[in-house]
Amino acid sequence: MKKLARHKYLLISCLSIVLILLTWYLCVDILNMVSGSAFPKLTKTISTFIKKFTTAAPDGATLTVHFFNSIKVALWGYVMGVIVGVPLGILMAWFRKFDMFARPLFDLIRPIPGIAWIPLFILMFGIGVLPKALVIFLGVLIPSTVNAYTGIKQTSDVHLWVGDVFGASNAQKLFKIAIPTATPMIFTGLRVAMGSAWSALVAAELLASSSGLGYLIQIGRSISRSDLVLVGMICIGVTGALLDELLHLVEIRVAKGMNAK
Amino acid sequence: MQMEQRKKIEPVIQCDNLCKTFRTPGGDQEVIRNISLDVQENEFVVLFGPGQCGKTTFLNMIAGLEKSTAGTVTVSRKCVTEPGPQRGVVFQSVALFPWLTTMGNVEYGLKMAGVKKEERQKRAQKYIDLVGLQGFENTFPVELSGGMKQRVGIARAYCIEPEVMLLDEPFGALDAQTRYLMQEELERIWQTAKRTVVFVTNNIEEALYLADRIIVLSPCPCSIVKEFEIDLPRPRNYTSQEFLHLRKEIDATINSST
Repeated sequence: MKKLARHKYLLISCLSIVLILLTWYLCVDILNMVSGSAFPKLTKTISTFIKKFTTAAPDGATLTVHFFNSIKVALWGYVMGVIVGVPLGILMAWFRKFDMFARPLFDLIRPIPGIAWIPLFILMFGIGVLPKALVIFLGVLIPSTVNAYTGIKQTSDVHLWVGDVFGASNAQKLFKIAIPTATPMIFTGLRVAMGSAWSALVAAELLASSSGLGYLIQIGRSISRSDLVLVGMICIGVTGALLDELLHLVEIRVAKGMNAK
Repeated sequence: MQMEQRKKIEPVIQCDNLCKTFRTPGGDQEVIRNISLDVQENEFVVLFGPGQCGKTTFLNMIAGLEKSTAGTVTVSRKCVTEPGPQRGVVFQSVALFPWLTTMGNVEYGLKMAGVKKEERQKRAQKYIDLVGLQGFENTFPVELSGGMKQRVGIARAYCIEPEVMLLDEPFGALDAQTRYLMQEELERIWQTAKRTVVFVTNNIEEALYLADRIIVLSPCPCSIVKEFEIDLPRPRNYTSQEFLHLRKEIDATINSST
């Protein structure tokens, strides 16, 4: 019974994707409503997608190479951003003096969109991995910090009282009460950060790169190959969705009892 | 006779001329005025008063969570200045840790005290059994009913074996049926594992069912109106003549004081 319901749910979820593909096929492939250079045929896109796994032309690398170049940079920036951002948010929320010290700088950096850093980083480091990783780092740092901060601040006074009653030290209250309280919020931050890492990456690759999915899209545009553009975009979309789901699965395991849905 | 015997022993909790005034931007607000109260070992004392009268503040001062403006609290001759494992507290909002299972919550205090895992699970299990939650050791609070959560809260406070148990309207948020059940359960638990208890409530039936002694408190600023020794045999009957008679008497006291 439950299994059947799950299948039904899956069917409904797939329906939206099937519908958009059908519309695409109908409008572009059959009715020829737009020219091929403006928007590719569905069949053409699929065949390009398959061919791109083995052929490097016309952009210099296979899809797999582009994909791993992108993922590598994204993960570097992401991991560094999380490693710095989450503890920063926790410390700012827990220690008043540290908050006073770090907040002005943080508030100054926060409104600057990640993309605005790209020109500076290109001037400083050229178009290698480093400038892109730095842009992603900043894009990840901010949501990680903000969410960890908010999460710690949500710690209830009564929970801290329980800690006091049992004679918990300040460190025990931080690690055994405040951080568990903040865990769901920290995960929300990690997922938001995953989104911004991905978009920062593509933005950086559009401007400063010689490979990667963003670069593939950019080349596709410059040689009027809309099918290449679409292949790049679809890869970005699918990868982003999968990474988000992965984080969600980790969250369910880590934040047990916290109503992670 | 019983009274005389008690008087000879030194009380566990001694509150001496306690006063509390909150300083707010809108002016000082006096919450507690000159409360002096002694509680004997293994005595079940109920603080009974109207809502918002300051009973929770009074209890928090015994717990050490709130500092008195004047006067002192001593528990077993030690002056209370901060909260500690000597005094177990059951909070009105239960305040279980949602990320811990029943076992995790109950053993929490022992963990803070540095008790080894095997030993603390054994001791926690004893109190989980005592409150009747065997089989729910690995359940998270979100899956427990209100009454069950309170049982975990009671087991958690009991588990560190404090000298004094302080309960702040623990059954206030329960439905009437569960409330009766929990009162009976608490009495059973207390009979099995005797402790000195201070219990706060605004429910007169609850007070009469549980108390050795009821302290009737006045509305804000809170002070003691009258004390009632309740020596009805336990477990008590909510509808017995004596029960109802005492209930009327306490009702009359409240009405004449307000």
